[in-house]
Amino acid sequence: MKKHPVETLLYYVAVALVMVISLFPFFYTISSSLKRGNELFSTSLWPAHPSFSNYASLFRDQPFGAYLLNSVLVSGGAVLLSLGVSVLAAYALGRVSFRGRGVLMMTILGVSMFPQVAILSGLFELVRALGLYDRLGALVLTDLIFTLPFTIWVLVTFMRELPKELEEAALMDGVGVFTLIFRIFLPLLLPALAATSLLAFIGAWNEFLFALTFTISPEQRTVPVAISMISGGSSFELPWGTIMAASVIVTVPLILLVLLCQRQIVSGLTAGAVKG
Amino acid sequence: MKIALMSAAAVLALAGTAEAATLRLECGAPGPGQNVCMDSAKEWAKKTGNEVQFVATPNDSNEQLALLQQLLGSGSDKIDVLQIDVVWPGILANQLLDLKPYSKGAEKQHFASIVANNTVAGKLVAMPWYIDTGMMYYRKDLLDKYHLKAPTTWDEMTAVAKKIQGAERAAGNDKLWGYVWQGRAYEGLTCNALEWVSSFNGGTVVDAKGKVTISNPNAAKALDTAAKWVGTISPKAVLNFAEEEARGVFQSGNAVFMRNWPYAWSVMNQDGSAVKGKVGVMMLPKGGNAGRHAATLGGWQLAVSRYSKNPKLAADLLLYLTSAEAQKYRAITGSFNPTIPALYKDPDIIKASPFMAELYPTFASAVPRPSTVTTSKYNQVSNQFWNAAHDVLSGNAKSADALAQLDGTLKRLAPAGFVAAK
Amino acid sequence: MTSQTLTSAAPVRPSSAESSLQRSRQRTAWLLVAPALVVLLAIAGWPLLRTIWFSLTNAQLGDLTQLQFVGLDNYIGENGVLRDAAWWSAVANTLRFSVISVTLETLLGLGVALLLNTPSRVRTLLRAAVLVPWAIPTIVSAKMWSWMLNDQYGVINVLLQSLGLIDHPLAFIADPDLTFFTIILVDVWKTTPFMALLMLAALQMVPSDCYEAARVDGVPRLRVFSHITLPLILPAVLVAMVFRALDALRVFDLIYVMTSNSRLTKSMSVYVREQLVDFQQVGFGSASATVLFLVIVLFTAGYMAFTRRRMQGV
Repeated sequence: MKKHPVETLLYYVAVALVMVISLFPFFYTISSSLKRGNELFSTSLWPAHPSFSNYASLFRDQPFGAYLLNSVLVSGGAVLLSLGVSVLAAYALGRVSFRGRGVLMMTILGVSMFPQVAILSGLFELVRALGLYDRLGALVLTDLIFTLPFTIWVLVTFMRELPKELEEAALMDGVGVFTLIFRIFLPLLLPALAATSLLAFIGAWNEFLFALTFTISPEQRTVPVAISMISGGSSFELPWGTIMAASVIVTVPLILLVLLCQRQIVSGLTAGAVKG
Repeated sequence: MKIALMSAAAVLALAGTAEAATLRLECGAPGPGQNVCMDSAKEWAKKTGNEVQFVATPNDSNEQLALLQQLLGSGSDKIDVLQIDVVWPGILANQLLDLKPYSKGAEKQHFASIVANNTVAGKLVAMPWYIDTGMMYYRKDLLDKYHLKAPTTWDEMTAVAKKIQGAERAAGNDKLWGYVWQGRAYEGLTCNALEWVSSFNGGTVVDAKGKVTISNPNAAKALDTAAKWVGTISPKAVLNFAEEEARGVFQSGNAVFMRNWPYAWSVMNQDGSAVKGKVGVMMLPKGGNAGRHAATLGGWQLAVSRYSKNPKLAADLLLYLTSAEAQKYRAITGSFNPTIPALYKDPDIIKASPFMAELYPTFASAVPRPSTVTTSKYNQVSNQFWNAAHDVLSGNAKSADALAQLDGTLKRLAPAGFVAAK
Repeated sequence: MTSQTLTSAAPVRPSSAESSLQRSRQRTAWLLVAPALVVLLAIAGWPLLRTIWFSLTNAQLGDLTQLQFVGLDNYIGENGVLRDAAWWSAVANTLRFSVISVTLETLLGLGVALLLNTPSRVRTLLRAAVLVPWAIPTIVSAKMWSWMLNDQYGVINVLLQSLGLIDHPLAFIADPDLTFFTIILVDVWKTTPFMALLMLAALQMVPSDCYEAARVDGVPRLRVFSHITLPLILPAVLVAMVFRALDALRVFDLIYVMTSNSRLTKSMSVYVREQLVDFQQVGFGSASATVLFLVIVLFTAGYMAFTRRRMQGV
């Protein structure tokens, strides 16, 4: 289809505008994280003498690497657990019609509407009762509160799309339900799983309130909490340079993951949106 | 020989298990400030052969309080010694150990007003650690340039600020502002507004007997004075300034006056600071000639959790950290103001932070926020107060109306007046 | 082959063997759902019940064991949440925020989606770029923007000034007239990509023969868009709007980090947190949390009822 040159020009102007608006803030964060001392308060777009001293002090003052590992463990754990549980549930909810299914689906959606702060005291009691206080396990468990409803809903929509013939053929052959789910459906669902787990991972990675409340010792700290704990010489002083450096570090893994899986994300959201 | 060595090792090991304990100390967020605290704690650990672990909390003091309450409320022994804000003793009293049996009278060395603040229902729940008060920073070089002397009342300050701001801007320094302070709707505004109100003899919102006193003409006048600064000698953005935003402006050389806590002194005099050596400090101005110099009392205390497994050792650590020796070290390395009056005459401290000697009268007579009398309701009182002040500053309410409304709200919080803990 | 015969035969004559198969399938279904249900009951059901219970008491954060039952006092009592002017102003703020930001995000999202749907050499690059704001943690973007929007050392003011758009720096996050607009702006920046992707997905499912037919008939572009594209993607747009609205109604981090939290910008979640955490009133705070939850449930139910026909119609 041929286009008028003015139209093409407008298109590229719009694209450029969107790209600049999307990328500029992150670019400026990176540039700020490379500034030192008073340079931070200047508004130059790029520091005259970029320096990694903020990053160095981040890793020197505290075991930031260990915090990153904790974050990976918690988010990874929460994602694996919710995928394991929700694949089973999604099969049942998506492919078997049974009474109460609609109510179940709405209840699960309802759970994802909870304001986090509202259930904090109850969760705290639960975590202590299970003996998980100040352990990463507490975070894996509590993060399920938002990852699980989400993964169930998205996987249900994918499950519905799988061809009926496949299942019936398998059942005729006398295949057990677990074999059906894990051997036959799962490989077909891989792109969907990739998208869902990525989205759930982002949620868990950024979680702050639970991580702050349910852990206390430095060995169990995750990155968002560590960022909130960066301070300067006194309780009033905010070392902006270090905070910016930490922000870059917490964000880069996510951006990389998102860019790697962008195709799956789009298709994952497609199913979620249209059938949701 | 071998046997002797082995038995010696065994004895050592035994001694270790019998005496050495691990204490958990919470002294704020990781950073240079915590490092100063760690130094002293490690010193104690070395002396007594015990171990100290550090528990970090968020930088934001609201989050800190919430975390500590949840932790202490659950009876957890994850913290032995903790730092608490000067307005918390009333809130946390039930979870803290009475230090009287351990202190052997050590509290008598400290400022009596803070010890009184930390005594709830006859129990000494926390030991003073360092003190903060509001103070006025100013640019000596700019005042000298225009041959102006340091103002003593708010009106004089306003006039000086206006004059310098106008002259400097005319000369091309168009980013310069007269006065920066903390106007965000948060605890810091309560501190600022309390200073204005009490400098005009407008009381302390709730008096020591628990009566709400805020709705009075002097308080209204104080808020009106401050509201006039916004947009004239203070940038409009001051309505969202906390300590660091104000310091950011002042330290880049863009303000003549700044209200801030003592911490700003050492930061601003570091190498690379645009105002190094150009800063003077003085008491906050009086509210007119009949007014007084008023500075809000801030600062941190150390306390021992009631659920500590080693209360005696924990108290020992606390007493070491609050001792004259440790406070002197902190004053010199981190410009933390001692809570022991005698230290203000110490030549080493005066050499490191000359302002400490100059401002001694301010420290000694700082105005406490009404936290002892309002106890667990303090945060609500403060929140209502800063919201009222913020409404006046942003031009959304007239001072007299806002204060009358505040008066009503506070009286509803405590219909029979606030009553200090039994 | 077998499946074909099975599917065609099944509706005609359900044999007893098949209905028992059906029953066992249903049993299996419940077993499969069970783990998810148990987990959700434990981590969501129990805490919710606790919150509702606390909302009927005068519990304080300092000591949760000392509490008295006070009935509905926290809701409708003299100082109950429903009689608190501050609560209603928080409700108004939140609704205003949600309506404006979701509307803007939908419109802009549609624009970006149309850009993304246009075949061109830079499309992949553009898609990667718009995903970046969305991948940045809210807390980080809130801090980043407050840094950039600062009137004294913020880069945005400098840029706007050098472009000649403003003549003096604006206090975006302090000036009460601007704060609200600023929060919405940042929220739009962060979540428009999400909306755009959802709509892109829908756009890509519009069959191309629709466009072909229209092009052959010489229908103007705008008319094609409003008469063909829009009706076809409407269901997806409506669903996307629900999900966004659910998030917007709970908005917390952005407002908490960026603004001064004065009454002018306080949202419902900020109000709840203030009561629960800052004021230590677990009883009252739980009551307001429960009301917040009910508001969201009501909204969702209302929205679903209102749009049900439209969502299913196409």
